[in-house]
Amino acid sequence: MRPANEEELSGMVRAARGPLVVRGGGTRSVGRPVTGEMLETGGLSGIGLYEPGALTLVVGAGTPLAEVEAALAAEGQRLPFEPMDMRALLGTEGAPTVGGMVSANASGPRRVQAGACRDSLIGVRFVDGSGTIVKNGGRVMKNVTGYDLVKLMAGAWGTLGVLSECSFKLLPVPEAQASLRSAAMPPQEAVTVMSRALGTPYEVNGAARDADGRVALRIEGFGAQVRYRLAALEEALGGEWERVEGAASADLWRGIRDVTAFAGQAGDVWRISARPSDAGEIVARADCPVVMDWGGGLIWACCAEGRDLRADLGAFRGHATLIRGSEATRAALPAFQPEPAPVAALAAGLRAKFDPRGVLNPGLMG
Amino acid sequence: MDMPAANPATLAKRDRVLARLAEVLPAQALIRDEAERRAYECDALTAYTCLPMAVVLPGTTAEVADVLRICHEERVPVVPRGAGTSLAGGSLPTEDAIILGVARMRDVLEVHHADRIIRVQTGITNLAVTGEVESDGFFYAPDPSSQLACAIAGNIAMNSGGAHCLKYGVTTNNLLGVTLVQMDGTVVELGGAHMDATGYDLLGLVCGSEGQLGVVTEATLRILPKPEGARPVLMGFDSSEVAGACVSDIIKAGVLPVAIEFMDRPCIRACEDFAKAGYPDCEALLIVEVEGSQDEIDAQLGLITQIARRHNPVELRESQSEDESKRIWLGRKSAFGAMGNINDYMCLDGTIPVSSLPFVLRRIGEMSKEFGLDVANVFHAGDGNMHPLILFDANKPGDLELCEAFGAEILKLCVEAGGCLTGEHGVGIEKRDLMSVQFTPEDLEAQMRVKDVFDPHWLLNPAKVFPLQASATRRAA
Repeated sequence: MRPANEEELSGMVRAARGPLVVRGGGTRSVGRPVTGEMLETGGLSGIGLYEPGALTLVVGAGTPLAEVEAALAAEGQRLPFEPMDMRALLGTEGAPTVGGMVSANASGPRRVQAGACRDSLIGVRFVDGSGTIVKNGGRVMKNVTGYDLVKLMAGAWGTLGVLSECSFKLLPVPEAQASLRSAAMPPQEAVTVMSRALGTPYEVNGAARDADGRVALRIEGFGAQVRYRLAALEEALGGEWERVEGAASADLWRGIRDVTAFAGQAGDVWRISARPSDAGEIVARADCPVVMDWGGGLIWACCAEGRDLRADLGAFRGHATLIRGSEATRAALPAFQPEPAPVAALAAGLRAKFDPRGVLNPGLMG
Repeated sequence: MDMPAANPATLAKRDRVLARLAEVLPAQALIRDEAERRAYECDALTAYTCLPMAVVLPGTTAEVADVLRICHEERVPVVPRGAGTSLAGGSLPTEDAIILGVARMRDVLEVHHADRIIRVQTGITNLAVTGEVESDGFFYAPDPSSQLACAIAGNIAMNSGGAHCLKYGVTTNNLLGVTLVQMDGTVVELGGAHMDATGYDLLGLVCGSEGQLGVVTEATLRILPKPEGARPVLMGFDSSEVAGACVSDIIKAGVLPVAIEFMDRPCIRACEDFAKAGYPDCEALLIVEVEGSQDEIDAQLGLITQIARRHNPVELRESQSEDESKRIWLGRKSAFGAMGNINDYMCLDGTIPVSSLPFVLRRIGEMSKEFGLDVANVFHAGDGNMHPLILFDANKPGDLELCEAFGAEILKLCVEAGGCLTGEHGVGIEKRDLMSVQFTPEDLEAQMRVKDVFDPHWLLNPAKVFPLQASATRRAA
């Protein structure tokens, strides 16, 4: 099924007699596999409203992300949260869409400064599991009118509603960027360095440790500003740093963002969200190749197929999500970290209210 | 504005409920005395008052849980309260409700510079959070005007903003975790010091839910390194349209100021009379502030003034010193005091798309003549959050009602222009009955279903946010 507009989408969901597999570009195949009738959102496409002077964009959920990024680039603007492209890591094909990005709350290295996808998302329209059209938020960046269902829809993986339209707050693309890169260092030491860098006033907006153990720190801004801040940061941190400028810096961060280090490599890939200061210990327990982002707050671990990494990590302050796994791993282990009973009860309660018949991606999130 | 009538059955239970609460609370945490309860009969929306059945001021999360469990069992409504600074009536009680204040819970539980977080009990004031980390070079970004008095609990309930949101976002963008006590006494942890949710973003849902989903007793907040410096530039224009076009051009040029504040002539004049900040005599004034090192500030202000010059400003004053910066901000920061000095006023809080600014200001001017009440406009221009101040005389019969009617028309205009009813103050009781202007019954139903999940009996702050008619069945059940 491929609705051409929101009305049709509403009708199709209302008429559904069994599970629907909600699909944007089909590039983010995460979670327990769902079987059912395919509901593609590609028809809900197009930029509805773009006001560069107000830093806001309203766009159909099925719009390819590439189309959005091109339109924004033409005005020197961008989505602030640097959404990850999962195709290389997951080996998927197709064109990532706005709705898929929002449903995954996909947020890249700039998360540490500019926030996640959910922080730039200022409005949604969606069709709930009964076929009802609902709007929440709007197209202004400061809005506390009623409950914030916008946040609820970001990262809900299409299980509470099918997004039809999304609105975003944008940012200007800075004139320049450059990065500092270190030699390889152990995880704990890397976290310490990244924390120090993120604690300086120089607005470091990327702090990662790549699969080879090298720490990278990014600064963006006006040309002179980037030169000044990079020098000031280097001075503040001490030690030996290589400078990576312009396009090379952009490539470096694209690699971190998309976790290309694990693309095409054997093994399951887990995404661990943690307190940065716990990251060293978590990496030690994982004992496998890792990429660290968000100053240590995000750890990508590539481990042996079928391993229950969550069990091996034990209790820690955060959670682990299985992002890429063999059929067997995905069938055996919940993709999303099981929540404490009272929280799980709230989640189940919301699902029952928004999708009472259980037709939207049922079981995907466990 | 109506509030639901007190339920006689609930009032009849007062003695028993208070006796049960006395069993779980220290004596000083339970306020029964009428004179002491008076202090809780309203918040900063002082036009409406009501004496609550009792007031409880628990000292721990466990005590909050005990209070809520008892009230849940007894089916007594509870109105949570931070510091009582809500301009929307968010903590206005009903006669049959218990006020649950978190003012005694003010401890700092953890400060962690490496993880850039602070964990606090939510009765702490907004400014005290920054005070806790300032000497180490950090700050907490959301800065509502009431920051000296307002509590983090209320900031979370209303998803408060401030003048610096354009760059740093509002409360929800700076909140990483909460301890939430549900109405039945269940305590849940949502989020923490890590940066994203496991499953659904319940933290995002709780922030801004106006105390209707649970009582937040502890919060983990993101702290940021202080910039090296900040400096404003003041610009005067001979029309609001031109000032609006200048804002748009600054944003398009790729500069991201921390704040862009706008004032119109009535506001400029009142501030000038009150604070003597040396503001120019003009139709519209902008204060634009940027951050960074001295050189970075110079470069950014250079770019901004270059853009401003293209719009023929009547005044352009770039601050060169700390003292000059203070003077530029002085008038803006005393705007509300200045207005209060001349008149009673009602402060609105709608948001509009920045592009509709000239249209909305023109319409407000026309409506001001129709209603015969003066309006002064002061607002955060970068994000379109307007604060029209309607002047009225509280002692003149009918003037408050006229002012409210005018205010409602302005908020409808904000929605019509593509904006919303409230940008940072919250709905409370003030905008409750206007919700159907912005939302369809289906939109409101979707929101009310969330409350059904967290608080099935609709006992937490039940008469707020949703039009009374829309929530009637649920509140009665």
